[in-house]
Amino acid sequence: MRETKLYQIGTFAVGNRLLDPEDRSAQASPDRANSITSGHRACQGCGEALGARYVLDAAMRAADGDVVVTNSTGCLEVFSTPYPESSWQIPWVHSLFGNGPAVAAGMAAGLRASGRTSTRVVGQAGDGGTVDIGFGCLSGMFERNDDVLFVCYDNQGYMNTGVQRSAATPPAARTANTGVIGDEPGNAFGQGKFVPLIAMAHEIPYVATATVADLHDLEDKVTRAMGMHGARYLHVLVPCPLGWAAAPAETIRLARLAVESGLFPVFEAEHGEVTAVTSIRGKVPVDDYLRLQGRYAHLFGDPGRPDLVARLQALADRNVVRFGLLDSDDGTQNASLGS
Amino acid sequence: MDLPFGITLEHGGSRANKTGSWRTERPVYVHHLPPCNQACPAGEDVRSWLYDGESGGDGYERAWRAIMEVNPFPAVMGRICYHPCETGCNRGQLDEAVGINSVERFLGDEAIRAGWRMQVDRPSSGRRVVVVGAGPSGLSAAYHLVRLGHAVTLLDSAPRPGGMMRYGIPAYRLPREVLDAEIQRILDLGVDLRTDTTVTDLDQTLREDGYDAAFLAVGAPLGHRAHLPAGSAAKIVDAVTMLHGLEEGERPLLGRRVAVYGGGNTAMDAARTAKRLGAEDALVVYRRTRERMPAHESEVREAEEEGVRFTWLSTITQVQEGMLTLERMELDETGFPQPTGETEELPADAVVLALGQDTDLAFLGRAEGVEVEDGVVVVDDSQMTGRPGVFAGGDVAPGPRSATVAIGQGRRAATSIDAWLRGAIPERVVELPLADFAALNTWYYTDAPRSHRPVLEAARRASTFDEVVQGLNRDTALYEARRCMSCGNCISCDNCFGVCPDNAVIKVDDADAPYLIDLDFCKGCGLCAAECPAGAIAMVPEEI
Repeated sequence: MRETKLYQIGTFAVGNRLLDPEDRSAQASPDRANSITSGHRACQGCGEALGARYVLDAAMRAADGDVVVTNSTGCLEVFSTPYPESSWQIPWVHSLFGNGPAVAAGMAAGLRASGRTSTRVVGQAGDGGTVDIGFGCLSGMFERNDDVLFVCYDNQGYMNTGVQRSAATPPAARTANTGVIGDEPGNAFGQGKFVPLIAMAHEIPYVATATVADLHDLEDKVTRAMGMHGARYLHVLVPCPLGWAAAPAETIRLARLAVESGLFPVFEAEHGEVTAVTSIRGKVPVDDYLRLQGRYAHLFGDPGRPDLVARLQALADRNVVRFGLLDSDDGTQNASLGS
Repeated sequence: MDLPFGITLEHGGSRANKTGSWRTERPVYVHHLPPCNQACPAGEDVRSWLYDGESGGDGYERAWRAIMEVNPFPAVMGRICYHPCETGCNRGQLDEAVGINSVERFLGDEAIRAGWRMQVDRPSSGRRVVVVGAGPSGLSAAYHLVRLGHAVTLLDSAPRPGGMMRYGIPAYRLPREVLDAEIQRILDLGVDLRTDTTVTDLDQTLREDGYDAAFLAVGAPLGHRAHLPAGSAAKIVDAVTMLHGLEEGERPLLGRRVAVYGGGNTAMDAARTAKRLGAEDALVVYRRTRERMPAHESEVREAEEEGVRFTWLSTITQVQEGMLTLERMELDETGFPQPTGETEELPADAVVLALGQDTDLAFLGRAEGVEVEDGVVVVDDSQMTGRPGVFAGGDVAPGPRSATVAIGQGRRAATSIDAWLRGAIPERVVELPLADFAALNTWYYTDAPRSHRPVLEAARRASTFDEVVQGLNRDTALYEARRCMSCGNCISCDNCFGVCPDNAVIKVDDADAPYLIDLDFCKGCGLCAAECPAGAIAMVPEEI
């Protein structure tokens, strides 16, 4: 007899009344940790507030509620803790902008020295605190293989200070300091860095990417990472309605389109090797993703810049080939990276 | 406050900051009308019973009972309904429509197998209603009336109840044991059925037997007559009479080559029946094109699979013994067929006329107030004729003619009769806004092609009256029910609860309203509405 699948909402929706409770997502539970609770001052539809709760609630579930967390300066820290209020319902430490990974590494060392090995450390920062300002500390944490899960909430810019460019800002995107001027308006092509690949180069136990559009995938990765020790890195794409100039209700859709277009590859790697890739379900042209965002509006005016759109499409197509994001006809994946 | 070491400032939780004040729109859970429900002539709440059926196990009985609240014939409808619900189904725009009809049939068959029964809900009203005609409409009305507490007498001129379901639809489409089981379940509720009872004078019946109300559902039992110049030895029968006779055990002698004149579902039934009776050649002659043929697509397809041939754009101008004369037609710009004068001759041993059906209203006599127009009884929105207390429905009333429509009208009439007997105004059904495809977020529905019902081998069915289309098993029925996208109504998937960046959706233990919006904190971002798979959340502007 064929297995009767849960076709109605598959495994993409947050919950499913037809599933056994233990098979449901952490977010489906009324008893979830709600690590970051109501009343925070994130913008409407904030992807980062959502991503932080997704990640930390899953980490809390995986570690039976015994988690301490650091938070580098950035949107997440600012909107969650204006004195005297705090939205955090878990032990939370605010570090400087640049030293989050080092603080987390120190906490892990302190816990080990005091024999509290059951308490797990999660470090978190935005893309500015991870790929730019905190990068030296992060690389050191990786290199020492400190027992920390470090999570980057990537919203592709310094949104808290007024939408400036970071090294995670994609090409052609308009920010406060990459204006719509010159031959190549917006952020330059060929610069920036994709930290998951750099983390893999450190050959740490676990590296993964995820988005707020696929909760089950995200929770699986957090759970997997929490089941390991040593330096682990999770890079979560969290769309920013403010910085991307998009409608607040489109946050999850944008994350989904970033994946489905191929611009944001979703994969897992262990010890420097890609071990799993989340396939694209229905490939879409990058236009579908870009047109929803004001930061790319200059590409679609009259006459627009179809040449730049084509270059972004080429980047997406390269990811598809590089990470093997499309299932081939025989159902196998064909990654050229790490094999 | 006694602060821990190193802490110099007191702190409070952020829940003191009521971010609900930012909001300009609020999410509201809605119930929109799914297109399947809208399309169902019987008025079934299709989405709801599919939702129950998705659980499997006990859910099947809940689903069946939800159907039975509206339609007492799930197993029959699951076979003969032309399922406009599936035509309306939004899933058709994604992959293929949900096989609603086959799930309904599965539930109906499960009920017969397990012996599920219904009961009478209300105490006896002491009122007596006569239902004339035990076809789909009359049986539906009798079922609902008896459950509403009224004493029902059901009269029919035929020896057995069922009307056109028994005497018009061949057994290969509707096995008689299925029909008998569903009719018996209605009769078991206490309906007083009197067969072989022909009402010849409505006034007399109403007066002498002292009924408080009447429902006329006598159908359209007469085959439509058309004048065909014919030789004295030509064999011409009408399809209605032929199918009726077959049910009573007659085996009409049609010969080797049979022509069926007409393009409706009855023409398909007649042609397929002729094949089963041994005709080598069954030819359907229709004056327009295939696209304009009123027969349902699946009927035409199954007829073709069984070897029935078709001649389009043709009329029969003359019938001789063993020979037909056909005239070619052309469609004019309005789509009406016009004669061309070109004729051809065709060998045929018999002609079966399937040109529509007419009512037989002689029994109305001079019944005061009951008006007849274009051969059907005039009724208002509540199915009441011009005469207070006398209602009509099914083929005898205006509207499309199908068993499903008849069942729906029977129910509407029963509701109206009940209201009329109680001196109440019939309740108006609130029209909900339609749940359209654009409101769904189909990302969350996994790709799932439809599980087709197995179809009997064409070779086998051409010679027998065995049922052609087989049912789903438990496994495929569950799979099929779960393909429903629950358009415009919550399926408790927790998406809104999960995707809110502000924890402003509260999950509560209430099956009818499983979530509440915490308006103290909802910022009105609209993520819950955008990510609701079923389109069951609307963003409504706040009054500012």
